[in-house]
Amino acid sequence: MSKVSKDNFKQESYKYGFVTDIESETIPRGLNEDIIKIISAKKNEPEWMLEWRMKAFQRLKSMKVPEWAKVKFKKIDLQSLYYYSAPKGHEDRPKSLDEVDPKLIETYNKLGIPLTEQKMLAGVAVDAVFDSVSVATTFKGKLNEMGIIFCPISEAIQNHPELVKKYLGSVIPITDHFYATLNSAVFTDGSFVYIPKGVKCPMELSTYFRINASETGQFERTLIIADEDSYVSYLEGCTAPMRDENQLHAANVELIALDNAEIKYSTVQNWYPGDEDGKGGIYNFVTKRGLCKGKNSKISWTQIETGSAITWKYPSCILRGDNSIGEFYSVAITNNYQQADTGTKMIHLGKNTKSKIISKGISAGHSTNTYRGLVSFHPKAENATNFTQCDSLLVGDNCKANTIPYTENSSNSSSINHEATTSKISEEQLFYCLQRGLNEEEAQSLIVNGFCKEVLQKLPMEFAVEAQKLVSISLEGSIG
Amino acid sequence: MIEIKNLNVSVEENKILNNLSLTVKTGEVHAIMGPNGSGKSTIAHTLAGNPNYIVESGSVNFNNKNLLEMEPTERSLEGLFLAFQYPIEIPGVSNASYLRQILNSHRKHQGLEPIDAAEFLKLLKEKSALLKMPMEMHSRFVNSGFSGGEKKKNEVLQMDLLNPKLIIMDETDSGLDVDALKLTADVVNQMRSEKRSLIIVTHYLRLLEYIKPDYVHIFQNGQIIESGDHTLASRIDKEGYE
Repeated sequence: MSKVSKDNFKQESYKYGFVTDIESETIPRGLNEDIIKIISAKKNEPEWMLEWRMKAFQRLKSMKVPEWAKVKFKKIDLQSLYYYSAPKGHEDRPKSLDEVDPKLIETYNKLGIPLTEQKMLAGVAVDAVFDSVSVATTFKGKLNEMGIIFCPISEAIQNHPELVKKYLGSVIPITDHFYATLNSAVFTDGSFVYIPKGVKCPMELSTYFRINASETGQFERTLIIADEDSYVSYLEGCTAPMRDENQLHAANVELIALDNAEIKYSTVQNWYPGDEDGKGGIYNFVTKRGLCKGKNSKISWTQIETGSAITWKYPSCILRGDNSIGEFYSVAITNNYQQADTGTKMIHLGKNTKSKIISKGISAGHSTNTYRGLVSFHPKAENATNFTQCDSLLVGDNCKANTIPYTENSSNSSSINHEATTSKISEEQLFYCLQRGLNEEEAQSLIVNGFCKEVLQKLPMEFAVEAQKLVSISLEGSIG
Repeated sequence: MIEIKNLNVSVEENKILNNLSLTVKTGEVHAIMGPNGSGKSTIAHTLAGNPNYIVESGSVNFNNKNLLEMEPTERSLEGLFLAFQYPIEIPGVSNASYLRQILNSHRKHQGLEPIDAAEFLKLLKEKSALLKMPMEMHSRFVNSGFSGGEKKKNEVLQMDLLNPKLIIMDETDSGLDVDALKLTADVVNQMRSEKRSLIIVTHYLRLLEYIKPDYVHIFQNGQIIESGDHTLASRIDKEGYE
């Protein structure tokens, strides 16, 4: 608003940018069959899992990197990356917290995710993934009593092969697209959730992903299965150290909801976004897809995307079961030189299927923020409906917002309702708040949080307040 | 309280205020009347620090401080309140949480602890009752979907909550029906004290009949062309500005 005040708002440095000084076990750089064999051996995988990875790798060789997104970056040299890094002594999963390196416990404490029993967040079970391994999972015993399986996917592959074989790759096949197939070949850890028939999971399940090692890619794989008449709410969070290099995070997340089941999946993505000049930051190339397999099933995605140099993800729903419901609630904030190309795909296959898309894009600085979405009605999707609302908010004059909605309609009886707005944070709104005693940062934060309200209120309560703060912090230094 | 000397102000390169001087002492109530475009709102927004109003020259002393060097936020925290002619909407933010936040901002400036939720609710009920504002209004978004009258009442409510030293009311009376006007005047009269000053910008006599200002100034072409006591307002109402 004025020259004097601009200097008062130097960007607060990324709070989670520290590095944990811990000795780690890495494997040689590069991507080849030997590397995949080493990863599989590190995880003590059965033969079928290695074969599955190999199939994906063969497929990958003939695939091309997709180039249609509105993002610009230097080509990633896959041969220069490390595909596995684990803190020393944790390659074999620690049996209890006593075996976990205190440095790791301290790291998670610093991130606000206490893992020790007495300090754990009530009502939230946490799986903590550090680089390529899960280092701890809380409340496991309590959940086990109800038949709920919540464990690292590497453990599920060994202990629940029947479920993993049946569902892994059933929503994101190994032939899907370049980054998804890459993930299928080299994934290291992530979470596995199974909610048995008729069980409502009594607590939030969450996974906290932390990248620590440099020049290392993180390939997370998460699989969540909600059996008939069950319910689960799951949340993931992610942070990484501040580094000049760009690091790749290519995750695959698959959700399966059977008859009358509901999965609520929330993400608070706060990977290191790079510095004020756009140097460094995470490339977040993620494939997330949910299958509403059963009738009356429901999957809803809520995402708060504030971090990463580049965000490229489209959490999607395949609405196969009749009367199934897919929802997507998104806040994507870009500042400085961040780029986001994000949205969703709602594929209506069954009768009376419904989908709802609420997307709030906020761009500041020199950033680019694109909503890209597809709503598709197949011939059998009688009476299917979609409602889409895409709102963009611009902060300053140097940023860009794009809205790219695609629709495919082969059903006569279905309907799509699309609304889109683009607005600028108005000087009048700012001045009004200043006149009432708020400073510029507080005023902007109030207005932006108001803009995102519809989405923020979809988050589990335990995280909503944190998310609000994150929204404000992400925009620091963007006015003046 | 406030001493304006030889103030020249322009908006988008049009000169609006012309060597304006005005002194409002602590405890006084001044009314500013004048035809459309005479610069009434300009003086209100200039004092509040709206960046669209460019001060070319002149000085404003506010409680022994150079007002023109203060940021809008600081002016507010130091006790200057402007009731907007056109209150601004903030979608997605509940009126209650907004009101609590602005109150806490002022409390912090005064070295007080933030008000707790229960205490705030009590205060809000009490203040809303004075204006006959239903509590339901506070769960709606700030000024969004409020009628013209509701917006104005919300301004008066904020004025009452923040307990300012200098109140500037910019045509608060326009858009208010007779009952709302009476309620507003009651709140203003209740707030009137020897420690507080008011500048009331208005087109009409009706609010001034309830409030009875100490001084009335007639604005034309960005200058005060005539000053007097409250009888001047009645005369203008009968005879017009010409």
